[in-house]
Amino acid sequence: MMEKYRIDQTKGLEFGLYSLGDHIPNPLTGERISAQQRLKELVEASQLAEQAGIDVFGIGESHQSYFTTQAHTVVLGAIAQATSTIKLSSSATVLSVSDPVRVYEDFATIDLLSDGRAEIVAGRGSRVGAYHLLGVDLQDYEEIFEEKLELLMKINDEELVTWEGQFRAPLHHAQILPQPKNGSLPIWRAVGGPPASAIKAGYMGIPMMLTTLGGPAINFKPSVDAYREAAERKGFDPNELPIATTSLFYVADTTKEALQGMYPHLNGGFQAIRGGGYPKQQFAQAPDTRDALMVGSKEQIIEKLLYQYELYGMQRFMAQIDFGGVPFEKLMKNIEIIGNDIIPAIKKHTAK
Amino acid sequence: MKIVALAGSIVGSKTRTATQKMVEMLQEKYPQHEVTLLDLADYQLVFSDGRNYFEYEGDTKYVTETLMAADAIVLGTPTFQASIPATLKNIFDLLPVNAFRDKVVSVIVTAGTSKHYLMVEQQLKPILAYMKAHIVPTYVFIEEKDFLRKEIVNDDVLFRLERLAEDTVMVTEAFAEIRAKKDAEYDF
Repeated sequence: MMEKYRIDQTKGLEFGLYSLGDHIPNPLTGERISAQQRLKELVEASQLAEQAGIDVFGIGESHQSYFTTQAHTVVLGAIAQATSTIKLSSSATVLSVSDPVRVYEDFATIDLLSDGRAEIVAGRGSRVGAYHLLGVDLQDYEEIFEEKLELLMKINDEELVTWEGQFRAPLHHAQILPQPKNGSLPIWRAVGGPPASAIKAGYMGIPMMLTTLGGPAINFKPSVDAYREAAERKGFDPNELPIATTSLFYVADTTKEALQGMYPHLNGGFQAIRGGGYPKQQFAQAPDTRDALMVGSKEQIIEKLLYQYELYGMQRFMAQIDFGGVPFEKLMKNIEIIGNDIIPAIKKHTAK
Repeated sequence: MKIVALAGSIVGSKTRTATQKMVEMLQEKYPQHEVTLLDLADYQLVFSDGRNYFEYEGDTKYVTETLMAADAIVLGTPTFQASIPATLKNIFDLLPVNAFRDKVVSVIVTAGTSKHYLMVEQQLKPILAYMKAHIVPTYVFIEEKDFLRKEIVNDDVLFRLERLAEDTVMVTEAFAEIRAKKDAEYDF
């Protein structure tokens, strides 16, 4: 039912990793690796992820301090070359600051190079850096995204594109090349917590990638419901529209080890990127099954994922394991536990 | 401890006079603490457009970053149309949702008439509570008649300001201790 988006539900919940390419000093040592090392480690992480049986690897763009993957499509190109089966996605592409034609050309190329593994997740971006740098007026934040996403979907659906809008020169019978391997790409809409944006995704009939960064998982349920309701109201079948959820993620052998391993990075990362730390009291509640922040022992993480699967009925879960200057050996350990213990358990329970 | 006193208006002298007086009292009583005065009349701030506070430039970045780095904030506000002035509201709009978490906020309010006595309760405290401040319960309400040529001439007001200075520091120290004790319970 979801072939168009390359989702096979008989195989159970997909598990992916994503990175914003953040480039934050390791708070435990105060040291920051070079941007070059960080980029190379991301490519290496994608290979380890593939070997561990992880389904998807995503790279996002942020155009300001503390980030390295501004040219995320180039990084995805390198990953396409270094891997052979794992799906490749953006996480997300800040579509508002790019030309949808160029975005499509890039991803269609990655799709051909990777033998049909590329996907686009289009978002508006939660930071303003890209807008200033690339000269896009924040006043148009809402409308520019809607228009560009519509164009991107049109390019995906039609062979010759005729289009006119406010923020880009018109297209007249334009052929956008190269074409992806199987004629179209899966295109998702990145959605923040509140229902308003989820409803817009539903009206468009586009798959939704929903961030559930922390707090009670049940708080995100209204967005999932609103998405499916809106889709149905516009004549789309919600059963044909996949949903992905995302969260910050850290797993270790014991709860205590996971909490100790993640906290300095989470707190330091929040301080650097959001300008305020992560309260310990709130973090102490996070291992609870009902909390969306993915931190805990492998048993706890499995419980959380199955609980959320029951709650949202999503097709994919995307984990961010490298937030806040997490060193590579910790990433390797996380990928190892995900591959050995978490994926087999969740697939067993969710395969249809 | 970093204490920032914010005079929340860009016009008039009463709020500035009272906030300045508070700064002098704090500096005299607590020379060990760092006390900074931010008088909005001295800065050119933009209106909030929703971005992270540290992504603004110039005065806006300076003022918001100074407030975010504070352990305690003394807010001085006049009363405009039965509420706080737009300039002060803009400060709140520029800051994140939980900007005052783990911070103590105390209030000095000036007004043209005693009829505005409850303005702080009805207009200002709900905003501070929403932004997670530890609010010092009592505030100092100062009227037009308490000033003479940019000096406070009512002894009652001066005594109350002194007590507010003490309460601000005491509450900040108390919450820091509570927090340290609570944090010590966690093994991460």
